[in-house]
Amino acid sequence: MPNADLAAVWLTLKLATVVTLLLLLVGTPIAWWLARTRSRLKGVVGALVAMPLVLPPTVIGFYLLVAMGPHGPVGRLTEALGIGLLPFTFPGLVIASVIYSLPFVVQPIHNAFGAVGERPLEVAATLRASPWDAFWSVAVPLARPGFISGAILGFAHTVGEFGVVLMIGGNIPAQTRVVSVQIYDHVEALEYTQAHWLSGGMLLFSFVVLLGLYTFNPARRKAP
Amino acid sequence: MTIARFIALALLLVATPLRAGQIHVAAAADLRFAMDEIVSLFEKSHPDDRIEVSYGSSGKFYAQIRNGAPFDLFFSADSELPEKLVQEGFAIPDVKPYALGRIVLWRPGSDARPLTLADLPRVENRRIAIANPKHAPYGMRAVEALKAAQVWDAVEKRLVFGENIAQTAQFVQTGNADIGIIALSLALAPAFAGKGSHTLIPADLHQPLRQGFVILKHGEGKALARAFAAFFGNPDVRQIMSRYGFSVPDTQTAR
Repeated sequence: MPNADLAAVWLTLKLATVVTLLLLLVGTPIAWWLARTRSRLKGVVGALVAMPLVLPPTVIGFYLLVAMGPHGPVGRLTEALGIGLLPFTFPGLVIASVIYSLPFVVQPIHNAFGAVGERPLEVAATLRASPWDAFWSVAVPLARPGFISGAILGFAHTVGEFGVVLMIGGNIPAQTRVVSVQIYDHVEALEYTQAHWLSGGMLLFSFVVLLGLYTFNPARRKAP
Repeated sequence: MTIARFIALALLLVATPLRAGQIHVAAAADLRFAMDEIVSLFEKSHPDDRIEVSYGSSGKFYAQIRNGAPFDLFFSADSELPEKLVQEGFAIPDVKPYALGRIVLWRPGSDARPLTLADLPRVENRRIAIANPKHAPYGMRAVEALKAAQVWDAVEKRLVFGENIAQTAQFVQTGNADIGIIALSLALAPAFAGKGSHTLIPADLHQPLRQGFVILKHGEGKALARAFAAFFGNPDVRQIMSRYGFSVPDTQTAR
């Protein structure tokens, strides 16, 4: 495999790993809140989290480009902080992917927390477990299948990202040129051999990931 | 709703309005604004006909046409790609030259004083946008010019690549890149002209952007395709093209 392709594969894996870890960090409290709250805002937050499922990637790409650009609110902030502008950078792609893949991580964890229900937590409380303790030693272990599903789906969905990257990535080798963009470039340049290698690899990867998800994680089959 | 009515409704939705003629044109992204004007001028005199234009990089269209994309005409940003389509049997000879394109340095802001390629390595140019040289002729010419001006090594790490020349211009126009090498035709377009300033890159720093078009196999025998091709000899069209900074054949003096 040519070096440029290897660089794209490595970059994609790096991006998906960073994004998955961040999403578990950000998504877990959101999922917990969604599963437990009786607030009227529940519907609003749930809808906001789910929006990347239905929005065209171009909409996300467009708003991110404007917001993270030098005239946008995020761009002004990052420049003031001395970070510089985020479009065309790896951190920029990370932020875009976190938004883009958010529902794929939040929803399975949300469902898993929902399936745990009130009872185990009430029992934990009668045994004098603090809410923090009950969360870590009761809710999280019981919701483990949801975490596994969320992590796998978030990782796979980030690997499969294309439209947003094309709009805010700038196609820079080893920084923003991920596998999907590299395949696009190969196809446009009629380099079908390389396109086949990478695309075949993606096919295999997706199949293995989903096979793992449906075979070894029975909770997924029950979850809506 | 009965099944029959449902099918009737579905058929109604997929049916396209009947028109005298309709052709699909693939056009290099540097033509985005000029071609829109030319098409609306053409449709004024041919009210029953429709010209549908798709814009993108010439290399992308070349790959799509070879894979059966249903375009009738292909306006490329170079002459080599249409020439190859003719040789490979996807287009009908001959390739007709219709314009000589130019590249410019462009950056937002009206106060900008003229810049040259030698200014590019300066620190304030953190990101420099060019079109992807892999499939956009304007990107290839930009790379040649950067190498000829001996600034390639200094700027290579700062380059960002637009999918086509219009996205490249958009990168700069939104301020996400500090400066870019774009088509003169875009720099002169109303959408960009008021928002930035441009400097022509000397034509001897790169291969000429001799732009040619061809009628494709899909458009063979379509009267409308021939009529639109012939329309490019019209003085009004030549005038539009010159207004967008293209030198048109016969009047080529800009080399």
